[in-house]
Amino acid sequence: MKYTSQMVAKPYFIFALILLAGEIVFGLGMGIQYLYGDFLFPAIPFNVMRMVHTNLLIVLLLFGFMGATYYLIPEESERELWSPMLAKITFWVFAAAGVATILGYLLVPYATLAESIANSFWPTMGREFLEQPTITKVGIVFVVLSYILNVTMTVIKGRKTTISVLLLTGLFGLAFFFLFAFYVPNNLVMDKFFWWFVVHLWVEATWELILGALLAFVLIKTTGVDREHIDKWLYLIIAMTLISGLAGTGHHFFYMGAPGYWLWIGSITSAAEPIPFFLMILFAFNMAKNRRIQHNNKIALTWAKGTAVVGFLGAGVWGFLHTLAPINYYTHGTQLTAAHGHLSFFGAYVMICFTMISYAMPILRGRPHGNGPKSQKVELTSFWMMVIGMIGLTLALTVAGIMQIEMQRLPDAANALGFMETQAAIKTVYAVRLAFGVMVLAGLFTYFYSFFVKEAK
Amino acid sequence: MTERITKNMARNIYFGGGLFAILLFTGLTFDTVQKIPKLSHDDKITESVALGEKVWENNNCVGCHTIMGEGAYYAPELGNAFKRLGSGDEQAFKTYLAGWMAAQPLQTPNRRKMPQFNLTPQQVTNLADFLIWTSRVNNQEWPPNIKG
Repeated sequence: MKYTSQMVAKPYFIFALILLAGEIVFGLGMGIQYLYGDFLFPAIPFNVMRMVHTNLLIVLLLFGFMGATYYLIPEESERELWSPMLAKITFWVFAAAGVATILGYLLVPYATLAESIANSFWPTMGREFLEQPTITKVGIVFVVLSYILNVTMTVIKGRKTTISVLLLTGLFGLAFFFLFAFYVPNNLVMDKFFWWFVVHLWVEATWELILGALLAFVLIKTTGVDREHIDKWLYLIIAMTLISGLAGTGHHFFYMGAPGYWLWIGSITSAAEPIPFFLMILFAFNMAKNRRIQHNNKIALTWAKGTAVVGFLGAGVWGFLHTLAPINYYTHGTQLTAAHGHLSFFGAYVMICFTMISYAMPILRGRPHGNGPKSQKVELTSFWMMVIGMIGLTLALTVAGIMQIEMQRLPDAANALGFMETQAAIKTVYAVRLAFGVMVLAGLFTYFYSFFVKEAK
Repeated sequence: MTERITKNMARNIYFGGGLFAILLFTGLTFDTVQKIPKLSHDDKITESVALGEKVWENNNCVGCHTIMGEGAYYAPELGNAFKRLGSGDEQAFKTYLAGWMAAQPLQTPNRRKMPQFNLTPQQVTNLADFLIWTSRVNNQEWPPNIKG
């Protein structure tokens, strides 16, 4: 570690991993409820499980991004973090607010939370992924602002690299688009339209900038490839991200009450959305091939390549499967959406966090050359368990989605099965999904174990 | 192919392409915002419809159901609930919904469970009005059939 202030990243990484365990546990809980509706009912109804599951995901990714940034920015800027103290305070405030919100979900009926003072004054709750009470949303704004302030000041006062500037651009975008979470018009269609400004423009635009910057950083460190070369790739990737991703938001505007021209614009632009992810694969494997150094932390490079590949599969391939309007007409709101959501969030964003953690954690723990070979071997096992588990889960959900379309959507009204009958008919597939989910959790525990493997002297 | 592209060219593609994308998306946004009121019959959003949307949000209905295809996939689509369950008769739908909400959770073992939300009769009426309004939104004739 070159700068002592990079140390503030450590609690962020650890907490992100703990939240990931929680996220998966609640995911399994839902997987069981899909099979046995009485499981944990009425203690934790499905909607609460799902809210905890998705909110933990968002919060853990933010923790992961923050830890990654605090590690990366001092090294890129060649100076200490502007305020390590602020980063520490931000951590505790965010962790406390996050835990309080999750406990609120689990212990208080949602309608009671919605009657809380801040939310009745300015209602923002009850929308997918943005279920947080208004007060939590305000808290998130403050946390993100203090984070951005810290990073911006460090970048301004130090060396400016393509990676740090693009990362910062992504962060500003993240902050800007979150503000739409506070706009809840009475018109449901208008509400949906701007809701996507947070959801889509986070995961399919601004977060991709962050992803690209983090990936580039780890590739520079583990391959020693010339910065000039890396920067060029990075620019091409994010250029394609913005060109395809911004108007690509239109693939969400097909069937929710927006004008019909989105059928064309959304289809055409979002059909290009796999391109930046494909470029990421070329990028990662090209850099690995042309590497100038043999870094001992091999597993970090494995994660980096894995992020590019699984990100492309989840976001690119599974996204493209249902991004064209005529196809989406039948797939919209089926398990196919869930399949895409799972593999893209995992492949692109959870795996980039693993990449950063696997690169940075050993250094933060006093092992500049990465963990020992035994530990890396265990970690490699965990890598495959989680990747295979997630791909298996995604395939199961894809089969479920296709069956759903076949039974419920394609036949005419007289011959189509209803929603609940269809769901009953695909129960076996949900059992397969659950089994792969268990594999992912086992993989995560194996990953945790890799931190504690003792090397032979 | 990338050998022929220099870093400067790549940066120009980023700035040029990014700016073009932002302008295009902003322009379309303005146009869409002007068209949505007509497509969604904004003038039909009565006080009851608006209150119903709050009932919908404050009970996190979207945590299990989809509405116009968006939400969770655990429970049926409700954007067309009025057409499917009320056969297009407002009074029948309201009666049906009141009975349905009161009966939750159904006692069928291991059926997916809907919680009891203890809504007031007024709230159920508001919710019904909200779902009736939603079912009339012009959303390109989605879903493919009445089953949702």
